[in-house]
Amino acid sequence: MKNITIAKRIGTVVLGLTLAAGLPLNALTVKADAESAGNFRTLDEIKESGTINIGVFSDKSPFGYVDEYGEYQGYDVYFAERIGQDLGVEINYVSTEAASRIEYLETGKVDIILANFTVTEERAEVVDFALPYMNVALGIVSPEDAVIESLDQIGEDDEVIVISGTTAETYLEKNNPEIRLQKYDAYAEAKTAFENGYGAAWANDNTEVIAFAIENEGYVVGIPSLGSQDTIAPAVTKGNESLLNWLNEEIEALGGENFFHQDYEATLLDTYGKDYEDTLVVEGGKVGA
Amino acid sequence: MQSLGIDALFKGRNFLRLLEGLWVSVRISLIAVLISIVLGVVMGMLMTSKSRILKAVFRIYLEIVRIMPQMVLLFVVYFGTTRVFGWNLTSEAAAIIVFSFWGTAEMGDLVRGALISIPRIQYESARALGMKEGTLFRYVILPQTIRRMIPLSINLITRMIKTTSLVMMIGMVEVLKVGQQIIEANRKASPNAAFGVFGMVFFLYFLICWPISRLAAGLEKRWA
Repeated sequence: MKNITIAKRIGTVVLGLTLAAGLPLNALTVKADAESAGNFRTLDEIKESGTINIGVFSDKSPFGYVDEYGEYQGYDVYFAERIGQDLGVEINYVSTEAASRIEYLETGKVDIILANFTVTEERAEVVDFALPYMNVALGIVSPEDAVIESLDQIGEDDEVIVISGTTAETYLEKNNPEIRLQKYDAYAEAKTAFENGYGAAWANDNTEVIAFAIENEGYVVGIPSLGSQDTIAPAVTKGNESLLNWLNEEIEALGGENFFHQDYEATLLDTYGKDYEDTLVVEGGKVGA
Repeated sequence: MQSLGIDALFKGRNFLRLLEGLWVSVRISLIAVLISIVLGVVMGMLMTSKSRILKAVFRIYLEIVRIMPQMVLLFVVYFGTTRVFGWNLTSEAAAIIVFSFWGTAEMGDLVRGALISIPRIQYESARALGMKEGTLFRYVILPQTIRRMIPLSINLITRMIKTTSLVMMIGMVEVLKVGQQIIEANRKASPNAAFGVFGMVFFLYFLICWPISRLAAGLEKRWA
């Protein structure tokens, strides 16, 4: 039985290792009261290290994507490049997903998230948002021959197409319960339904409906911004004041040179055209200016 | 061929990027599979032991692996260890730990199943022939066990390779993610790129998994 005893000894080591790997399971339960303080790099530490980690989307054209040469591009990335330049550091882009953005900040694995991050109250409780650099609101697109320019124009028998789980759905249900909604689970389904005339209009994020109207003939965005005006801003780990202050000053200063309009013209113009420049861009961190 | 997105596939460095992404997937799964085989064999042998404590521990381990989605494990290991212990694992290390953690458990169970499926008479006959325990194991039990395990292990290995696509959630850019990046970057230029790009990703996965299953079939025949 010699083999077995050797196996047993190895086994104890293995067991130890696997248990060690399994230990972080506790993380799930500790998560709620774990302090994130101290889990970030201050402005000086970033400068000293010579590299800043910025979390961006890598597949959300035209905001954050990767071109055919493997380079990050887009509205968010254009701003990130400027941040790197002004800080005098190299940029290490981290490809993030919508669901992992907060986690990245809370663990300090990135210094800044610049991934089309909409400012909401819930998120502001766990991360710190800097000044905004883009607007986002709801928009409603309708066919050219029956343009809907205000919600009153939607008749009793008309149905509005929405995608389940989006802010458009929540907003209309809460504020205009009289409007009948037609719900779809996926973007592609909603699009097909709308193109085939199943609804009088389609409500979604205005960036989406504007892009749709520009890419498809015969549709007009009658209501380009509806309801609560949300903004998109860079976010840092909660409590990282030095970096937050620097970002705010940077955004204010960049307003002086109309930086975000240049950004728009370089990255978003092809998709959204000139007409929406002032609807979408927030310059110098001042909304509605 | 514009409508199939073939143009998007070969624009700039796109095809090379897909291959780089494939290498990331293959690298992670290869390392994890090797670790899983070694640890899994040891674990399988231990699982057949008489110790109740050992059996219970492995049972719990196996159940954890089966119940927890790999994605949760990835988040726990990558982000959780930073929160709780302050470790800063690279995403690759986290991925390898998770996939080995999973592979070892399943491999161990396969080894256990194969071991207990060998009839008692095989042991008894070998002993009757005067074989020592070591020789018995090496020349009688092990060859039969391995033969029984091959089809199931191949199934596990190919499953691990395909599941590596989840590592995109912890910031690793592997083949599927590169595919999505190419599709999105060409949303306007070639709206149907999804077909060509996903088709190519499918083909690349096939290219990796098919030789493995051929090799297994060859081994099975040789050892049969």
